[in-house]
Amino acid sequence: MTAPGVAERLTSLVGALRAHGMRIGTGETVDAAQAMAELGLADRELLREGLAATLLHGPAQRQVFDPVFDLYFPRGVGAPETESAGREDLRDRLAAALAAQDLALMGQLAAEAVDGFGGYGTSPESDGWSSYQTLERIRPQTLFARVRDNVRTRDGGSGFADRLLDDEIRRRIETFRRLVAAEARRRVAERRDRDELARRAVAPTADRVDFLYAGKDRLAELRRTVQPLARKLATRLAARRRRAARGSIDLRRTLRGSLSTGGVPMKPVLRRRRPVRPELVLLCDVSGSVSGFSDFTMLLVQALHDQFSKVRTFAFVNRIDEVTGFLVHGTADPEGLGAHIRTRATLTGWHESSDYGVALGEFAERYGDAVGPRTTVFVLGDARTNMSDPNLAAVRQVAQRARRVYWLNPEPRTQWGTGDSAALDYAGLVEMHECRNARQLGALVARLLPV
Amino acid sequence: MLFTSVDDVSARLAETGYLASPAVATTVFLADRLGKPLLVEGPAGVGKTELAKAVAEVADARLVRLQCYEGVDESRALYEWNHAKQLLRISAGRDETWDETRTDIFSEDFLLPRPLLTAIRGDDPKVLLIDETDKADVEVEGLLLEVLSDFQITVPELGTVTATRRPFVVLTSNASRELSEALRRRCLFLHIGFPEEELERRIVRLKVPALDETLAASVVRVVGALRAMDLRKVPSVAETIDWARTLLALGADTLDETVVRDTLGVLLKHQDDVLKAAAKLDLDAV
Repeated sequence: MTAPGVAERLTSLVGALRAHGMRIGTGETVDAAQAMAELGLADRELLREGLAATLLHGPAQRQVFDPVFDLYFPRGVGAPETESAGREDLRDRLAAALAAQDLALMGQLAAEAVDGFGGYGTSPESDGWSSYQTLERIRPQTLFARVRDNVRTRDGGSGFADRLLDDEIRRRIETFRRLVAAEARRRVAERRDRDELARRAVAPTADRVDFLYAGKDRLAELRRTVQPLARKLATRLAARRRRAARGSIDLRRTLRGSLSTGGVPMKPVLRRRRPVRPELVLLCDVSGSVSGFSDFTMLLVQALHDQFSKVRTFAFVNRIDEVTGFLVHGTADPEGLGAHIRTRATLTGWHESSDYGVALGEFAERYGDAVGPRTTVFVLGDARTNMSDPNLAAVRQVAQRARRVYWLNPEPRTQWGTGDSAALDYAGLVEMHECRNARQLGALVARLLPV
Repeated sequence: MLFTSVDDVSARLAETGYLASPAVATTVFLADRLGKPLLVEGPAGVGKTELAKAVAEVADARLVRLQCYEGVDESRALYEWNHAKQLLRISAGRDETWDETRTDIFSEDFLLPRPLLTAIRGDDPKVLLIDETDKADVEVEGLLLEVLSDFQITVPELGTVTATRRPFVVLTSNASRELSEALRRRCLFLHIGFPEEELERRIVRLKVPALDETLAASVVRVVGALRAMDLRKVPSVAETIDWARTLLALGADTLDETVVRDTLGVLLKHQDDVLKAAAKLDLDAV
């Protein structure tokens, strides 16, 4: 059933998925091949589901899998069969399809649109297909009013659900945009190296997106992962605590107890655990360059607050202020949090750019009593001081008073100390970790949080 | 083999009252064909457990259920020796030699099979449902590995029990804990999300047949709009059906502001969600 060509295609699909960081073993590939044999190649959607079931291990991977699948098992080959009559004709038919919510027709129109309006370049080396250009020419968003009128005249336009119509149409237009993007990718793949395209042109899973380069929608998506991530970390911490509670042997007291049995330790004495109440202090740089990172981290730690008796959060740009009150559990609005903090708290003095030296100095001076021998301090920021004094003395002072100080830096390690970054200076005083994406953050938080 | 094709899966599940999306039907078909366990994840109330029940009904099989919780262990999941009965047996047979007694009390008569052992013994068809796998401790996953990959259980006193007829295995998880990679590798993975609008409409029509068709359509559209909002707990299919039943009980013919505002509590379980949804749906503009 599986012809050699198909097997080869399946293995290169698996290769592309592995390049995106998915761990897929040979066993799963064999299962996928069996699934292909069982399902046949006739129905593409069944095949997609079958391969997803055998190859994937989690829902987050689906977002990468779908575009990659589209590249290796394209809907069709070459240009669509129907010749497009013109821009206005296409827009008319698109409006009808959007009104009728006809997904199949929308897909077909996306293919026609890319074919008719997405091509650029003439020489075989530099030509290609662009979804951006297609959407610029078709402008599906301008069809909004027309689609709405269409639906209203058809349904009578009354009733409660009518008020939902606007959002529904927006979502349909968004679907069409995605179809166009997928189609353009497919056409490009026919001209270029498919493997290369699958590695580069497909967005990575949300937890691997760099905080510093994530777009607005990816950040929103990331924030939605806070709750599940926090829950997972909480169960892991609880498990660690349970294990720790079983205790290790207290050698001194075991030997002391063994005197009554002539020095033979009959009864091991376990070390008694002193209940600790770990306290956390977060210092977050919320200047524009790293705000996505610190918002996310703040939410995550706040979501974990059940685990800690005391979490205090401070935000700074070039002045520092306490923002613990803004992060009340459950009511925090992830979208507006960053903006809220920036408008309500006093974070800037005379200028808008971040100044670690002044902010850390102010922290040591004003909030020095927040840090005690039970406190673990997390500093979140890129350590870019805009050429001003890094104030290492203040950091040293905090580090001396605190139990531990960790610095999480969203920049790649290779960029530490370049330009105005004082990362290496700070790293000499406190433990600094690279923390570029949600995956790294989750691993770090689980490892570093005090139990 | 339970099913002949993917369409056959959809059709037969539909007969039992479970409307399957293409993804669900395909994965169930493959799980049957490849003989692999099916790991189902998804938000609460989308019918993960119902799927196992429906498959059991279709296959005319016995449903064996292992409900996982924190602290579930070998003696609850696999098997246990019936100590009381063993003691009775020992005291009843006083003039036997010890060797006879010993071989006798560790025989099948004194074994209490728990769900996993029950599922792989015997020749009748069975569906094994391991519910809320993520609630169990990590050690239990280790137990499951032998059962799920080779369909066998080793009882030290008896030897290895191998399934003569493989059960259809469904594991469900709410992803409150990351299941181990080893367990995931042995399973087919299926994520059941919220259904498409058209499918959900059919589900509502099937579960609440007395509800007016246009009202059912509006119900599904409102729920769809709520799911697109950023809520703490978005309404699931179970809530949609509850809401449809509520509307039916109230005798509402169409949706309007008052009805929706009064019944929003059926759909949303947090007060701030209710407020947010009310603002979004203009419920205060009456």
